[in-house]
Amino acid sequence: MRANAADYELIAPPTLSAVLDVLARDPGRYTPIAGGTELMVALGAGRLAQKHLISINHLKELRFIDATAEAVTIGSGATFTDLRRHPVISSDFPLLAKAASWTGSIANQNRGTLGGNIVNASPAADSPPALLAYNAALTLVSARGTRTLPYGDFHLGYKKTALASDELLYSIRIQRNFSGYISYIRKVGTRNAQAISKVALAGLALVSEGGAIEDIRIGAACLRETPVRCTAAEQAVVNRTVTPQTIAAARAALASEARPIDDIRSTAKYRAAVAGNLLEEFLRSLTR
Amino acid sequence: MSEIQFTVNGETCSVSAPPVRRLLDVLREDLGLTGTKEGCGEGECGSCSVLMNGELVNSCLVPVLQAEGAAITTIEGVVRLAGTGEKLHPIQQCFLERGGAQCGICTPGMILATRHLLDNHPQPTLLQIQEGLAGNLCRCTGYMRIFDAVEQAAKPPVTDEVTG
Repeated sequence: MRANAADYELIAPPTLSAVLDVLARDPGRYTPIAGGTELMVALGAGRLAQKHLISINHLKELRFIDATAEAVTIGSGATFTDLRRHPVISSDFPLLAKAASWTGSIANQNRGTLGGNIVNASPAADSPPALLAYNAALTLVSARGTRTLPYGDFHLGYKKTALASDELLYSIRIQRNFSGYISYIRKVGTRNAQAISKVALAGLALVSEGGAIEDIRIGAACLRETPVRCTAAEQAVVNRTVTPQTIAAARAALASEARPIDDIRSTAKYRAAVAGNLLEEFLRSLTR
Repeated sequence: MSEIQFTVNGETCSVSAPPVRRLLDVLREDLGLTGTKEGCGEGECGSCSVLMNGELVNSCLVPVLQAEGAAITTIEGVVRLAGTGEKLHPIQQCFLERGGAQCGICTPGMILATRHLLDNHPQPTLLQIQEGLAGNLCRCTGYMRIFDAVEQAAKPPVTDEVTG
């Protein structure tokens, strides 16, 4: 059943501080809406429980990408199109550029925001595995001030995050220190555009001249109730060279930490098997 | 109800609507611009594509309040962007000539997605065409004739001028 638009409230205070004041006055009453590519789908289908929405789509304060020599800071309101058009994202953060390119369609990329993708907290979202691999830091803002935390500490459980009810995600910061790292990202779904992942893996690794893995970070979608870093798989291979034995150890470690589920898009068994194959493909790419 | 102002195809419009009313419904029902189609209503099929400040968007996912002050182009006004004084935009002409339109439900969205693609990639590769239209589903053509139409639209127009 289509929802009745008249049942919903939507306000659009003109500035970030005005939005934060509203959130501070009545914490939990309003749900922020940016590009609407998630909430408007739920609304259209008549299953959006939140009746009071506050638009942040028009806030210029949230839509920026600042690059310095050390880091890039992405405003939570930057769209996937903004990410794809930014030269530093393309040159330094190929995992994020690739994830942005297969988030929805062009029309969705023009509206959907990186902040929305994070805060919506879907375990299947496209950008989180890349952001986890890059060790991103999130800055949250409220009328009380700002605080910064590692992205790895943001997701607390299924659709549960560290965001307080009076807070907005302000920005996402990634250090520019991945030169020399080998990148790997692959999404498995019915197709890249539009389709939601069955399983996805993003990996970064620094390999010594002798072939030893000096540093490795692996982010995954659809393997747990939140987007996750696969730390057991990382530990199984760090400081080792890629051999059939290390690949087997990494696959076993990944299987031990993954808790995939059966749902409309795939099965737990398929997800576990394919995640192992993606990990093996990533590790083999390090020996070339 | 909110009072919202924006331009559609160059004309200023004022509407009074619930602020989460879909831009799609405002265009079709309040303004009578039924060229924009509804397919899935979930942002998956692209039938409701319009240009908002030059960017392709799914109008089923835009709450009308977020269109405040925007410049909207629908299929009814796309010809204005060509500025040729013809009845059809060259992209529409190419879709006609190459059989890129059959039942017509996806066609308005395809035309606007093509316009957006050619704005960003004036000479697109086949891969860029496929990616640019990946959010627009067609159940009739099998897409090949649509790709042909886009390729033709991307070619520089042939002039009568004899060179060399």
